[in-house]
Amino acid sequence: MRSRNMRRLAVAGALSASLVLAACGGGDDEGGEGGSAGGTSPGEGRAECEHLTEFGDLTGRSVHVYTTIVAPEDAPHKESYKLFTECTGAEVEYEGSKEMEAQILVRAQSGNLPDVAYIPQPGLLQTLVTQTETVVEPPASVEENVDEFFGEDWKSYGSVDDTFYAAPLGANVKSFVWYSPKMFADNGWQIPQTWDELMTLSDTIAATGIKPWCVGIESGEATGWPATDWLEDVMLRTAGPDAYDQWITHEIPFNDPAVEEALDAVGAIMKNDEYVNGGIGDVNSIATKAFQEAGLPILDGQCAMHRQASFYSANWPEGTTIAEDGDVFAFYLPGSGEEKPVLGGGEFVAAFNDKPETQAFQTYLSTDTWANEKVKLHPQGGWVSANKGLDINNIASPIDKLSAQILQDPEAVFRFDASDLMPAEVGSNSFWSEMVAWVTGQDTKTTLDNIEESWPSS
Amino acid sequence: MTTLDTDISDARTISKIEKASESSRKNLTSKGASVAAVVIAVLWTVPTAGLLISSFRPEADIKTTGWWRIFVDPSFTLDNYRAVLSGSSQYNLSEYLINSAIITIPAVIIPISVATMAAYAFAWMQFPLKNFLFILVFALQIVPIQVTMIPLLSLYVDLGLAGGDAPGGGFYTIWLSHAMFALPLAIYLLHNFMSEIPGELIESARVDGAGHVQIFTRLILPLMTPAIAAFAILQFLWVWNDLLVALVFGGGSPDVSPLTVQLAALSGTRGQDWHLLAAGAFVSLIVPLIVFLALQRFFVRGLLAGSVKG
Repeated sequence: MRSRNMRRLAVAGALSASLVLAACGGGDDEGGEGGSAGGTSPGEGRAECEHLTEFGDLTGRSVHVYTTIVAPEDAPHKESYKLFTECTGAEVEYEGSKEMEAQILVRAQSGNLPDVAYIPQPGLLQTLVTQTETVVEPPASVEENVDEFFGEDWKSYGSVDDTFYAAPLGANVKSFVWYSPKMFADNGWQIPQTWDELMTLSDTIAATGIKPWCVGIESGEATGWPATDWLEDVMLRTAGPDAYDQWITHEIPFNDPAVEEALDAVGAIMKNDEYVNGGIGDVNSIATKAFQEAGLPILDGQCAMHRQASFYSANWPEGTTIAEDGDVFAFYLPGSGEEKPVLGGGEFVAAFNDKPETQAFQTYLSTDTWANEKVKLHPQGGWVSANKGLDINNIASPIDKLSAQILQDPEAVFRFDASDLMPAEVGSNSFWSEMVAWVTGQDTKTTLDNIEESWPSS
Repeated sequence: MTTLDTDISDARTISKIEKASESSRKNLTSKGASVAAVVIAVLWTVPTAGLLISSFRPEADIKTTGWWRIFVDPSFTLDNYRAVLSGSSQYNLSEYLINSAIITIPAVIIPISVATMAAYAFAWMQFPLKNFLFILVFALQIVPIQVTMIPLLSLYVDLGLAGGDAPGGGFYTIWLSHAMFALPLAIYLLHNFMSEIPGELIESARVDGAGHVQIFTRLILPLMTPAIAAFAILQFLWVWNDLLVALVFGGGSPDVSPLTVQLAALSGTRGQDWHLLAAGAFVSLIVPLIVFLALQRFFVRGLLAGSVKG
C-alpha cells in the first residue's frame, strides 16, 4: 500500500512539474511588448528586412502555415519565405491541403491549430472569428501595411464586424473573357468596350456560323459554380456594386427584380441557341461539360469567347502561348462603360496566436517586398496580388499583368465572389444546383424563387 | 480439425449438407450461371481497365477524349508515372508510399494483438461482468467515426500527442486512432471464431497442465491463423485507403501524410492536373493488390472458418 501511494505521489509531482513548465513556456511565448523576441535581428541593416527587424532574433523558432494551396503552386510560396528566414531566422513549415476549409474548423474546435492559415473565403474567416473565437488580431504593423498597399474594399473583406483580422494575400480576377487573338484579327473583330458592343460582336460571330460562346459548368460536387460567377459578374454590371452588396447580405431578396434582370441578361447568352455551345453541343451540354475543358474549343476555332477567371490560364494545354499576340488571351468583361466592376477572389492571412514569429510572418506577407518577391518566382505566371506596391514590371506573364492592372486601377471597384460570402446553404448549395436547373430549362423566376426559399431564416 | 468436427456432428446432418452443397454446385456450374459470372466480371473490370489505360495516355488525350479512343488511335506514354513517382517532381508519391507503410503496419498489428487477447479472455476466461463488458465492446461498433473526431483530437492535444511538437512526428495519433476504431469489430469477430473452437480441446490442454498463456500461444494462435489473416487483410485495406483519419489526426502535415492525402492533392489547387490521378491511383492500388493476392488463400479460409462444419 505504502509503495503504491509513493508512486502516486511521484506521478502527481511529475505531472504538476510538467504543467508548471508548460505554463512557463506559454508565458514566455506570449511575453514581450510589441511582440519582439529580443536580441538583434539577423536582418538588421538590410533594406528589404526593414519591416521585420522590430521582432528581434527569431532563430530556432518556426511558423506553421496551413493553406489550401497544394503542389505545384506551393513551391513558389515556400520559395518566397526564404527572405523571411534570412531576415528573422525563423523557419516556415508549410502545410497545404485541399480539405483545409473543412479541417481548419475541426482543428479550431479541438485546439490543434497552426500559427497562420490562408483563408480563401471571407465567410470562413467570419465563422472562425465569431464561432470558434480563435483568430487573433494582427499587430499594428500589418494594419498599417494594408492601409498603405490595399484598397478599402480588400481591407473590409479581411475584417469582421469592423475589426480588422486578416491581411489579403493573393488575388484572382474573374471578370475575364478568353479569346483567340489570331481568330479575332483574321475576322477583323474588335475587343468590345461595352456590354452592348459585346452583344453586337456575339451576333456578328454567330452570323459567320461559329457559335460565339462556349460554357461548361460541370465541376464534380461543385457543379454550377461557373454559372454563379456569370450571374455575379453580370449583376455587378446591370445592378451596380451597391445592389450587389445588398444582395449578398440579403437586404434585397434573391428574387429581386434587379437579380432577375441580371439573370435574364446571362440567359441572353447562355440560353441562346445561336450563341452556345461552341464546339461542344447545344445549350444542355453546358451542364455536363467540365469547366476545365469548356474553353478548349477556342484553340480549334470552334468557339470564340469563354468567360472564366484568370486562373484558367493553367488549364490550357502545354505549349499554348497566352499573350496578346499568342494563341489565347483574355479581355476584361465590359460593363456599361462608365464603372469598372471587378469580380474576383483571394486569400487572407489569419493568425491564431500572437507569438513574435507569427506576427513577424504576418507583417512580412502584408508588405510590398513579399508581393514583389513572390511574383518574381512565377516566370510562367499564375499568381498576382492586389497589393498596390506590386511592380507591374516584375510580372512575367501578360495575363497576370492585365490582372494586376485591373486590380490596381483606381477606377476599379472590386467585389468578392458572392457565392463565397452567402450562407453555405445558398452559396455552396442551392445557388449551384438551381443554376444547373436553370441552364437545363427551368425559367428565371422559378430559379430565383427557389434560391430565395432556401435562404436560412434569422 | 476434421476428426474433431465429425465427432460432434451427426452423420445425418453431414449427408444433408453434402446434398445441399451438391445441388448448389450443380446450379453454380450450369451454363447460364457461367455466362452471368463472366458478364459480371467483365462489367466490374471495365472501369478499372479504363483507369489503367488512362494512366498510360498522354495528357492532351486524357483531357480531350475518353479512354476507349485507345483502340482507334493508340498512343502510350510513361510520363504520368514519371510525374507522380520521380524524386525530382513536386509530387513524389514514392515518399508517401513509405509513410503509408509506416502508418499501416502498426495500425494493423496493434489492434490484432490486442483483439486476439481480448477475444480469448471473453471466450475462455471467467470474470465478473463478462457479458456486460462484451456487449459494451460490441455496442461500440455503432459509434460513427465522425462524431468522435473533435473530442478525440482535443484529447490528443491535451495529452500533447498532436500538433507540431508531437512525439514520433505525429504518427502516434494516427496509429492509436486506427487501433481504436478497429478494436470493437476485431474483438467481436475474433471472439466468434474463437468460441467455435471445441471446449474439449481447451479442457484437455488444461488437464495436461497448460495455463492460459500456453493455451493461448500453443493452441489458440495456430488455430486462429486464418481468421487473424482475414482480419489483417480487411484492416490493411481499410487503413491503406483511409483519408479521413489521416487528415484529421495526422494534421495533414506532409511528414506524416499517407499516400491518400497526397493523392487527394494530386490534381492541383484548381484541378488542372487531374490527368495524373489515374497514374496516382494505380500507384496506390498496387500494394493492397499484392497483399490481397498473397494472402487470398487465408482470406477465403478465414471467411469460411466457423461458418459451416464439415
